[in-house]
Amino acid sequence: MFNKDSWIEIFDTIRKNKLRTFLSGFTVALGIFIFVILFGFGNGLSNTFQKFFNDDNTNSMFISSSRTTEPFKGYEAGRRIEFDNADLKAIIDNFDKYLESISPRIYDYANIKYKHKSNNYSIRAVSPPHQYNEMTIMMQGRFLNEDDITHKKRHAVIGRLVALDLFEDENPIGKYIDGSGHTWKVIGVFQDDGGDREERTVYIPYTSLQKIKKNTDKIDEIIVSYKPEIGYAGAVEFEQKLKQFLKTKKYISARDRGGIYIRNVADTLKESQQFANVLQWVISFIGIGTLIAGIIGISNIMVFVVKERTKELGIRKAIGASPRSIIAMILQEAIFITTFSGYFGLIIGIATLSLIGDTLEAEYYITNPYIEISTAITATIILILFGALAGYLPARKAARIKPIIALRDE
Amino acid sequence: MGKNSLQVLKGINFKVAEGELVAIMGSSGSGKSTLLNIIGMLDVANEGTYTLDNVPIENLDETKAAKYRNQFLGFIFQSFNLINYKSALENVTLPLYYQGKKRDERQEKALNYLEKVGLKKWATHLPSELSGGQKQRVAIARALVSQPKVLLADEPTGALDSTTSSEVMALIQQINEEGKTILVVTHEEEIALMCKRIVRLKDGVIVEDTLVNQKKAL
Repeated sequence: MFNKDSWIEIFDTIRKNKLRTFLSGFTVALGIFIFVILFGFGNGLSNTFQKFFNDDNTNSMFISSSRTTEPFKGYEAGRRIEFDNADLKAIIDNFDKYLESISPRIYDYANIKYKHKSNNYSIRAVSPPHQYNEMTIMMQGRFLNEDDITHKKRHAVIGRLVALDLFEDENPIGKYIDGSGHTWKVIGVFQDDGGDREERTVYIPYTSLQKIKKNTDKIDEIIVSYKPEIGYAGAVEFEQKLKQFLKTKKYISARDRGGIYIRNVADTLKESQQFANVLQWVISFIGIGTLIAGIIGISNIMVFVVKERTKELGIRKAIGASPRSIIAMILQEAIFITTFSGYFGLIIGIATLSLIGDTLEAEYYITNPYIEISTAITATIILILFGALAGYLPARKAARIKPIIALRDE
Repeated sequence: MGKNSLQVLKGINFKVAEGELVAIMGSSGSGKSTLLNIIGMLDVANEGTYTLDNVPIENLDETKAAKYRNQFLGFIFQSFNLINYKSALENVTLPLYYQGKKRDERQEKALNYLEKVGLKKWATHLPSELSGGQKQRVAIARALVSQPKVLLADEPTGALDSTTSSEVMALIQQINEEGKTILVVTHEEEIALMCKRIVRLKDGVIVEDTLVNQKKAL
């Protein structure tokens, strides 16, 4: 069945029936191509999505404050709630069971200067655990340490883009920059998956900032991270207790919806994972839909091809072709064409995806579209199998027709 | 394929000896093509026996029929039935391909038979580039190439003008002279007279079976 002669016969047929070959090949190639592209785009969307939510550590909570909305214990509504260093200590003292690390955060904004270059950057005054909370990755030097905090050192850890703006090719480590009327020593350069905005940030010790701001002890935000082993349920419990604790401490009504806000990254993550799942379903649906369309396409063509060849098959039978050899011929031809063009579509599709790369990231939120090779190959094989099946059924029918009937078919 | 079966042949009993050139005649609907199709194993008789070269042809499934057709029979059709995308030579090699012969042998044999029908120069041409008579001669070469015991011709000149008809019949006579048994279905008296024996069918039975003085086609 698979001898050299039958291949020669098939190549001959393929070569001499170019339109037919092209049509069935094109259908399969296009089917696989579209499948690869759509699946790749889907994965690209998914990538963008992951990127958005992978900025912060997943076991972190961001505690922020606002004005109260209800009067309580003699305080009027609309009172502004502020955190200070004492709150930090209170949380550490009361929630040791849950707490892994804690860091304050004070937001500021400054014009930072190095030699002749200057630019405006956002400042975050933090403590060392913040590196873990924000998943800050050090490229050069080190992050802030406890010593920097205790001695209120004027040390700065600058973002990758800050370093690029101000220092260009120069090594920033150990250099001094000017900001907020003081001089700061650069001790490290970091990168962050959170994007350009994150990388245009400068980290300084919160105690140093408090010192230059007239020795204030105010904090804008508190970031805590809980022990991973407490799980999601433990995190929710922690969140509720923490909120209650802070409300009591700051004299806020338990029913007040304002005052204290806690953003639990785990919650956001859970939502985002649900969304990612839906996205995955949509992607799979599109993929399967495309495949089915391809299968229907190749089936139609195969039925047409066999119909068109009825007379030829009758002639072949009259001069001695067995039904088996007729079926084998059609199948071999169908499988060869679909395999070849499926592979072709696969290669073109993957090449297109890698060519697109990150060009669609900014406008269409498609980051690094890709398709797992195994998925693509599985899809190709499915299409080949169905192409073969679609060829087999009419081929079997044609092989059964008496040659005299087939020959009559003009 | 209608569901209602129609009895076309109603008791045919006849023998053909080796080397005969028999014309099967009859008007349309007389059953002559059906008879030829049964002899050619393209169709199956509901009843009766059929023996070819001392081999009883029975219990034919398609695979077996294909094998017998390939070994014992050569077909010539009114509408030539050449495969239109294959050259003359490739059409002639096809029965040998189904016999499992080697490529070189196929080419050589096919070329010999094309030479025999006078078309060696046209070997690489497609059927669409050949005249009707040439097409039929390619078909004859194809029928002969597997060296069958019997050649079956169904209205071989039906689609040809009288000059070409004569040429084709002359070729058939020549092949017969070389010892091949040939059955020709025709409704043309003139063609029938070029054979050695005429069997006349009417309404599914043989009404006349006579030996004739063969008239040379050319």
